[in-house]
Amino acid sequence: MIEFHLDTRSGLSPYQQLVRQVRQALRLGLLREGDQLPTVKEVVAQLAINPNTVLKAYRELEHEGLVAARPGVGTFVTATLADDSLAAHGPLRQELRRWLARARRAGLDEESIEALFMTTFRTASEEDIA
Amino acid sequence: MIWLTWRQFRAAAAMTAAALAALAAILALTGPGLAHDYTTGIAACTTHSGSCSDFARRFFDHHQGSFLAVSAVVLLLPALIGLFWGAPLITRELEAGTHRLVWNQSITRSRWLAVKLALTGLAVMTAAGLGSLVVTWWSSPIDKAAQNFPKMGPLLFPARGVVPVAYAALAFALGVTVGMLVRRTLPAMAITLAVFVAVQVAMPLLVRPHLAPPTRSTVQITEANLEDFSRGPDRRIRVSAKAADTGAWVLSSHTVDASGHAIDTIPPSPSLSPSAGPCASLERGLSPCLAEIARLGYRQQVTYQPSSRYWPFQWYETGIYTALTVGLAGFCFWRIRRSLS
Amino acid sequence: MSAVIQAQGLGKRYGQRWALTDCTLDIPARRVVGLVGPNGAGKTTLLNLATGMLAPTSGSIRVLGGRPAEGPAQLAKVGFVAQDSPTYAGLSVADHLKLGARLNPGWDAALARERIGRLGLDPARRAGKLSGGQRAQLALTLGIAKRPQLLILDEPVAALDPLARREFLQGLMEATVEHQLSVVLSSHLVADLERACDYLIVLVDSRVRVAGEVEELLATHHRLSGARRDPTRLPAGQHVISASHTDRQTTLIIRTDAPIHDPAWTVSRLSLEDLVLAYMGTPNHPANPGRNHRPTLEVQR
Repeated sequence: MIEFHLDTRSGLSPYQQLVRQVRQALRLGLLREGDQLPTVKEVVAQLAINPNTVLKAYRELEHEGLVAARPGVGTFVTATLADDSLAAHGPLRQELRRWLARARRAGLDEESIEALFMTTFRTASEEDIA
Repeated sequence: MIWLTWRQFRAAAAMTAAALAALAAILALTGPGLAHDYTTGIAACTTHSGSCSDFARRFFDHHQGSFLAVSAVVLLLPALIGLFWGAPLITRELEAGTHRLVWNQSITRSRWLAVKLALTGLAVMTAAGLGSLVVTWWSSPIDKAAQNFPKMGPLLFPARGVVPVAYAALAFALGVTVGMLVRRTLPAMAITLAVFVAVQVAMPLLVRPHLAPPTRSTVQITEANLEDFSRGPDRRIRVSAKAADTGAWVLSSHTVDASGHAIDTIPPSPSLSPSAGPCASLERGLSPCLAEIARLGYRQQVTYQPSSRYWPFQWYETGIYTALTVGLAGFCFWRIRRSLS
Repeated sequence: MSAVIQAQGLGKRYGQRWALTDCTLDIPARRVVGLVGPNGAGKTTLLNLATGMLAPTSGSIRVLGGRPAEGPAQLAKVGFVAQDSPTYAGLSVADHLKLGARLNPGWDAALARERIGRLGLDPARRAGKLSGGQRAQLALTLGIAKRPQLLILDEPVAALDPLARREFLQGLMEATVEHQLSVVLSSHLVADLERACDYLIVLVDSRVRVAGEVEELLATHHRLSGARRDPTRLPAGQHVISASHTDRQTTLIIRTDAPIHDPAWTVSRLSLEDLVLAYMGTPNHPANPGRNHRPTLEVQR
């Protein structure tokens, strides 16, 4: 069974952190198909967060096709991300390497590259969600 | 709510019950002996000399200490109840903040107050009733022998019979009301005591004398009812007599002359001269002198409440105090619904 | 969903001072409502009006459709844990449960016993001998076992150490799920409320500054930072909540429903604490002058 934790200083909202942690667990193989996620009551009792946060996270995961809710029983994993291997994303990786080279040629140092990436990434994520 | 009232009241009830039980035990043990002593003494002195005032005086002096003690208990009990059961009833909850707990259970403030007042009030009346009952029973021989403490008088009347119950009920209601208005225990206790004492002083001064029109009787001064006889340096005689009713509450008593005017001392007159006439040699008896005073038209006018009115007065006074108690209780019910955070 | 608390122009005055002014609220059911504000803002007054401990000076308030403290049925629907968790010092834990059982027709004795057992409270121990955290948990148990629809708590964790605080909030949130409670929780610390609340009310100086769903508030409030600029020259639809300037830079906190197109601004998210502070007016960055005349802002669903 997975155990959640919340980082209050991360830029992500609590429900986003829960979704992330499930996906991470799936990727690492800690959660397998058929495993049950903690009940809303268990998560709430452990983290002292609002139940709607947990419900929202679970709904998002269901929307992504990763879990399914069985009323009266619980929420269960229906898919894995384990075969989401890095090898499958070769072209993306090449593109990223080329972009990094261009950024260095433009004169950006390591920290500038990271800052540019993070702010663009965050803004883009928010726009997606909004 | 009944359970909660009892649980909160438990300690106070236990202490009071223990104290009353101790008192009752002591009085129950000594009471029959006391009554026996009195009846045998009265029987003896009636057969021997016909007048028992000497025996009565000695009997009273012998038991004066306990008489005053038990009367004090009955007089103080209502005040103590008002202070220690009445004032803290609401202030204790307010000071501890527990009113925020108990008034948010599924019970209205009115119901909370009703049960508290009813149950504690019942205990109040029982305690005062029992106390008064045992003391009245135990002290009845001494009361009969007491010559300076008439049954209707301001010391004995409030310490016997049913009025202590009404006093206690009023003191309790007063304590609860003051507590609700003042909200703090010690100031509430002080104010309750002050107001209760004021009421208890005002009653015999202002109200009780007028519960029924006093009886006024004008009597001839004789040796039998003579109270005091003295002749001052100015040769004026001062004289006074007692009312026939020994248990009565004398409101005023003065000598009046033939036309009905009250006088302090009898003005000099040839027939009353200390050197010659009936008032000359008093060692041989006062009767001739008193007869002469009576012939000149001087009498004693006594205004009093007769002892036959004892029970009617007890019930009138109980009624007045009960009405006041009910009024205060009603005020409490109205007032407790107001904001009290 | 029906409203759990509805207030219309609610006000309470003590002598000359208004403790609560012109409070209008429409709080939906099944929420965990956080009531935030500085000490003396009127939070306790508002909660006391909702439970019927106080009567309004002006306006009206309805809780679960009824007038507060109007009768036993209304009292049974609302549970209250007052500040400092008052308990009877002379009564034991078991006595308190008995109190609850005798005074509440809807009392769930099994729930109360189970909760006390799980918390490890000794039933024979007098409440006066319990620690602050234990007393708070006892008061919470009394509130929950009465099976109310709404539970109101006035600064329940203010005096507790961090562990007791966490345990209290865990227990509260678990009960919220299990019994489908609506909760109104007040605090002068936003950190306590951030995780648990999904509806926020900010109360400052006896007035409601903002009231709405947390999600919606965070979505419609942004921090804009950029070159020094006059805040009054923003497009309509962007309401400035607070502004601060250095000689080169302006930082604004705004509320808007529309997206922000101006590329000169760097737009960033606000945390709930930032939002509350903006409405409270932080000491170094005073909010707009004329703060007291700002109308209440309510984000409707």
